[in-house]
Amino acid sequence: MKDKYDVIVIGGGAAGCEAALAAKNAGVKNVLIIEKEKRLGGILNQCVHNGFGLTHFGEELTGPEYAERVAENVVNAGIDVLLEAEVIELAEGYEVKFASYNEGIKTVSTTALILATGSYERNAGAILLPGERPPGILTAGQAQLLMNVEGYAVGKRVFILGSGDIGLIMARRMTLEGAKVLGVAEIMPYSNGLNRNIVQCLQDFDIPLYLSHTVSNVYGRKHLEGITISQVDEKFNIIEGTDIYFEVDTLLLAVGLIPLTSLLDKLGVKFSKSRSAVVDERLETEKPGLFMCGNSLHIHDLADEASKEGELAGLMAANYVLNKNKKVEQKVKLLQVSPSKGVNYVIPNFVNYPSEVDEITFRLRVSKPMLRSKICFYVDDKLIKTKFYPFLIPSEMTTITLKKDELVDGKSLTLTAEEING
Amino acid sequence: MKDVIIIGAGVIGGLIARELSRYKVSFLIVDKENDVANGTTMANSAIVHSGYDPMPNTKKAYFNRKSVPLFPKLCEELDVELDNIGSLTVALYEGQLPLLDSLVKRAKENDVEVKLLTKEEVLAIEPNLNPDVLAALYAKDAGIVNPFQLTVHAIENAIDNGGELLLNAEVKSINQKEDHFEVVTSKGTHLAKVVVNAAGVHSDDIAKMVGDNSFEITPRKGSYFVIDKLAEPLVNHVVFPLPKGGSKGILVTPTTTGNILIGPTSEYSSDKTDIGTDAPTLNKIRESALTLVPSIPFNKTIRTFSGLRATPDTGDFIIEESKVAPNFINVAGIESPGLASAPYIGIYVVEELIAKLLPLKEKKNYNPRIKKYTKPKLLNEAEIAELHKKDPRFARMICNCEQVSEGEIVEILSRSVPVNSIKAVKKRLRAGFGKCQGGFCQIHVMKVMADFYKVPLSKIVFDEEDSYIVLDDKDER
Amino acid sequence: MAKKTLICIVCPRGCHLEVDENFNVTGNFCKRGIAYAKEELTTPTRTLTSTVIIRGGVIPRLSVKTSAPIPKEKIFEVMEEIRLVKLEAPINVGDIIIKNVANTNVDIVATQTINKQ
Repeated sequence: MKDKYDVIVIGGGAAGCEAALAAKNAGVKNVLIIEKEKRLGGILNQCVHNGFGLTHFGEELTGPEYAERVAENVVNAGIDVLLEAEVIELAEGYEVKFASYNEGIKTVSTTALILATGSYERNAGAILLPGERPPGILTAGQAQLLMNVEGYAVGKRVFILGSGDIGLIMARRMTLEGAKVLGVAEIMPYSNGLNRNIVQCLQDFDIPLYLSHTVSNVYGRKHLEGITISQVDEKFNIIEGTDIYFEVDTLLLAVGLIPLTSLLDKLGVKFSKSRSAVVDERLETEKPGLFMCGNSLHIHDLADEASKEGELAGLMAANYVLNKNKKVEQKVKLLQVSPSKGVNYVIPNFVNYPSEVDEITFRLRVSKPMLRSKICFYVDDKLIKTKFYPFLIPSEMTTITLKKDELVDGKSLTLTAEEING
Repeated sequence: MKDVIIIGAGVIGGLIARELSRYKVSFLIVDKENDVANGTTMANSAIVHSGYDPMPNTKKAYFNRKSVPLFPKLCEELDVELDNIGSLTVALYEGQLPLLDSLVKRAKENDVEVKLLTKEEVLAIEPNLNPDVLAALYAKDAGIVNPFQLTVHAIENAIDNGGELLLNAEVKSINQKEDHFEVVTSKGTHLAKVVVNAAGVHSDDIAKMVGDNSFEITPRKGSYFVIDKLAEPLVNHVVFPLPKGGSKGILVTPTTTGNILIGPTSEYSSDKTDIGTDAPTLNKIRESALTLVPSIPFNKTIRTFSGLRATPDTGDFIIEESKVAPNFINVAGIESPGLASAPYIGIYVVEELIAKLLPLKEKKNYNPRIKKYTKPKLLNEAEIAELHKKDPRFARMICNCEQVSEGEIVEILSRSVPVNSIKAVKKRLRAGFGKCQGGFCQIHVMKVMADFYKVPLSKIVFDEEDSYIVLDDKDER
Repeated sequence: MAKKTLICIVCPRGCHLEVDENFNVTGNFCKRGIAYAKEELTTPTRTLTSTVIIRGGVIPRLSVKTSAPIPKEKIFEVMEEIRLVKLEAPINVGDIIIKNVANTNVDIVATQTINKQ
């Protein structure tokens, strides 16, 4: 391990590893990944199911296979890797302070910093889960780690709140391991997960899906004994008299992921609606040389997308390092990117005009399900691009690239998404 | 036979025990829970009230006022987090101003220094308050304390000085004999000359066991929100609304752990074990708190919880020898400002009440200080390097959200107060207290405990005895 | 047989397929959807992923998968065989853990490498 690096990537998951690889391949000499676990791969290591790698590797892989491939590439590329080390503080410059059993608490400095720290799960407190607080209430990811990596069973009679992919995957996983999954409740009127998972995780095992329902009470002192679910109206208020009681010893919460960005608190970085730092199309934050990618920037549905984003961050960090002392010739403007009608959020939050990259990638989510729709790009009032879709849903991220010369000068870039009538 | 049995290992029982351990007196603390500080002490506002608020000439006023100046030395000796941040009691409407004036008068009667601030003065020191604020009462002596540490460390000190603790021992009956009591618990019968009843919401049930029906305790439930650590401070003081109907109202306060605490509500309950939360109550708290501090980021809530206060039908603290059962001391109805009154309650019970019943000779080798806990976050680079050399486990992070190391966990496991559960670790070290609420770290905390106690992971419990968390051992399916 | 609708599970797209009585498929984005629809309505198969106990390695569970899809009705029979496995580290990704599991002519293979502790 060196005292100083050109690029340090915090987090060795799908995004972080690709970021390090891209930086190294672009010619950066000294690249380091700092990872808190015993091995690279991040959350992929506990995702024993398949569905990964279709675009990134051109074949369908399980999470661990994907992780292992990426890790092997990292090692072969001569990237330094520090495992079982937790980054505890960041300072301008950039100074990265970490803690590890072997090294103690040390600081290492770097020219460019890439944050790829992933996300954490929304928990019972954050969703104001009512009732008692006995053991037996876990987040889906927590249960997945306990079962798939640590080798512990968590319960025999299970209910799952949240129909996102992780909830559906765990419904199947627990059923295969001999538990009885009594149902999945979803507060929205539509499921949040991929269609294929509704089929192969719920329908295959006759597990009922209760749409427009949420958990209304939790019972049990020493251990979870039961829950009630109730129907909700359009305002998500509980409808009286719709309670259904389930006798369960396990309640899994699959109610969303939140970017893990606490290391940024002390740096005074500006945050956006996607609960992470504001970035431009090069994935650089407001702080020069500080880049973000993966779930710590915004929550992805597919590891392949997170990897792709990591690649861009790594490449841009490399450009930053290699061009650091070159004078900036061209005057560059910043276009503010605003999600508007029908668009919940979009990354990046700013685009440089003219841009350094040939293709600008926009990743966004719509705010409600739409059939036969279009996404429009406006610079001020001018429509510069339209893309058509047979359907758009909030639980599936939409990726659109704009060629550098499709962009025109202006103050702001607005994106809208709407159904086409007629 | 012990000289004293203390029933209840909350902050009151704990501080009584700590004072008692100064003297050559044998004592046993019994508690029905699997950890100390598992009742009201675990779920309150963690505030050291300045003492202006209780009605003058009550025990509440007296004990609060006398305890406040004791906190700094007590917390230094017991290595407890304490922050003298002051409090603001805020008037938002014209109609509230007379009440504010009456509080100034009351403060004077209670001999507590307060200052009336104008709108400009308040907003200058508390900029995130509702801009409609008209005036506020500033009490400089108020502060926040860590009630878990206070209790755990007080009992640690008491045990180190010779006292004993028995957990999971629920008192079933008490037989008063000629010169002693037989305290029958779920963990055997224990004899003592004097019994101190500090049993929180159950103290009336305990008193009835010796025929003392002089008071009733009604549990009064309060719910809270805990907000995640924020990049910028939200409030700098404890912020109170004006009191309404005998309750201090829904306050907004920082905690010594770096969070924001919002609550509590006040509902009389009939169930002494009900500490669940419900949506309507939580919504009430949110609405009320937003009138005080409109920018509270409720979307950063990491936890909600409820606690029960022991509300006495006498309207005031009950701190006296029972009139029905000699040598039986009731320390009951310790609702707000209970925590803020605890230090002097401890001293008073020992030096004024027990002293009348037993000869109290000071121990020569009494040590009022506990061994300071290792705090890696407060060490400089050289000290950290040395610490790491001595024990590298202090650099192995177990809880990343709160940055708690394996070394710190092992340290609490090695101290005199037993650590029997995940919840016990959480109370002492905040591991599992942060934004992920144990999502990442609970398994690792469990492993450290399993390794230390040499038991399989399936024997590690969440809170109560046999509240197991995982089902099988890793070799079976 | 009236028109049947089903969701393709071959890839994350999850196309909504319609199949008529002559097994003509519409709604598919690619060829694989056609093959899937025909199979799903006659002899449905699934790829199974799970874990097995492994001793002496850096972690106590090895993730595994079926080397090819297996008949859907054999899922729990295959799980029973997987449950009984107890391996010793090291194991490499791709190693065959069970040959011809539950008489399906499909193997259970390791999807990760676990080295000795």
